[in-house]
Amino acid sequence: MGSSKNGDYGQLFWAMFKTGVLGFGGGPSVIPLIRHEAVKTYNWIDNDEFGEILALANALPGPIATKMAAYLGYRKRGTLGATVAVLSHILPSALAMIALMSVVQYLSGSQIVQGMIAGVIPVVAVMLGVMAYEFGEKAIKGLGAKLGIVLFVAAFVLLQLLDVHDAIVIALFLAYGAFHFKIVRKLRERKQPNETSGG
Amino acid sequence: MDWWNLIVGFFIANVLGYGGGPASIPLMYNEIVNHYKWLNNEDFSNILALGNSLPGPIATKIAAFVGFDVWSWPGMLLALAATIVPSAIALIVLLKLLHKHRQSPVVKGMSLLVQPVIAVMMLLLTWQMADSSIGSSGIWHTIGIAAVAYWAMERKKIHPALVVCAAFIYGGLVLSHVV
Repeated sequence: MGSSKNGDYGQLFWAMFKTGVLGFGGGPSVIPLIRHEAVKTYNWIDNDEFGEILALANALPGPIATKMAAYLGYRKRGTLGATVAVLSHILPSALAMIALMSVVQYLSGSQIVQGMIAGVIPVVAVMLGVMAYEFGEKAIKGLGAKLGIVLFVAAFVLLQLLDVHDAIVIALFLAYGAFHFKIVRKLRERKQPNETSGG
Repeated sequence: MDWWNLIVGFFIANVLGYGGGPASIPLMYNEIVNHYKWLNNEDFSNILALGNSLPGPIATKIAAFVGFDVWSWPGMLLALAATIVPSAIALIVLLKLLHKHRQSPVVKGMSLLVQPVIAVMMLLLTWQMADSSIGSSGIWHTIGIAAVAYWAMERKKIHPALVVCAAFIYGGLVLSHVV
């Protein structure tokens, strides 16, 4: 399949071109499209790895989609792969930007263009919602229902109600995550003497 | 010195912009309009409006335009590189480090604990998108398009690219009379 060198570059170009050209509404709208190409269409990475990349991309400064494009390209084909992926992601719209400046008044005032953008937003909402569900399902599977729900609530309170910055929330969860398995093991060992069946 | 200013200006605007492209817009405004005076306020609003009407990441579109405006094609490449390269390298280095220690319980715990945060972040984004859609197209169009999109992508497994194109056509034909 994609084991040939040119095949890899071709896939990177086509996947990133598509996601760059179809991602309306800024960075977040591109995330589900990139996931679809990277996880489902080309199987470059699995969903877990996508989650890690997304979390770290969120925790670092700068545009998110381009960082993810760069990493996926790099993972596949090193520096040249990263260059191909980023350029195919950003150049079409960057060039359109320069070329279309003369018709800017028309474009941003056009009812049809505004209508087209409005039409895509619910689709983006659905894609993001599906991703939310799938990551939630994963979290419950890995952490168990009780701890999972506690952590959902904690994340929601921090992000939405207290308005703590994304990067800080991710850093906090990562910091706890580093000790998670150690803590789980300790708790289990402490429980063990009282229970005959190990849970 | 134009080329150097492009590098410094876009590097600063993006390296301080946490939370993706849109978060760096005010920082870019500060560098482009206030600091280096490459554009005036009105020009900046115009390119922002155009940028929002075009697909793809917003920060790179602005960088490309301003870079080109200041120093033609080399300027465009420099501004783009200053926007993208530093954070891309940081991500690559971090993920490489993570993969080296893939089997350690520390890394496993970290990648597990990231899942609930991502889920909640995506949920909040979903809500924001739905809210802005209800604001521009009204609740019935939003629900209708969302329902059809869900059915097409999740039940019929139609490629999202095709669903997005279909939404464009519907938006151009129907929603252009609504928004």
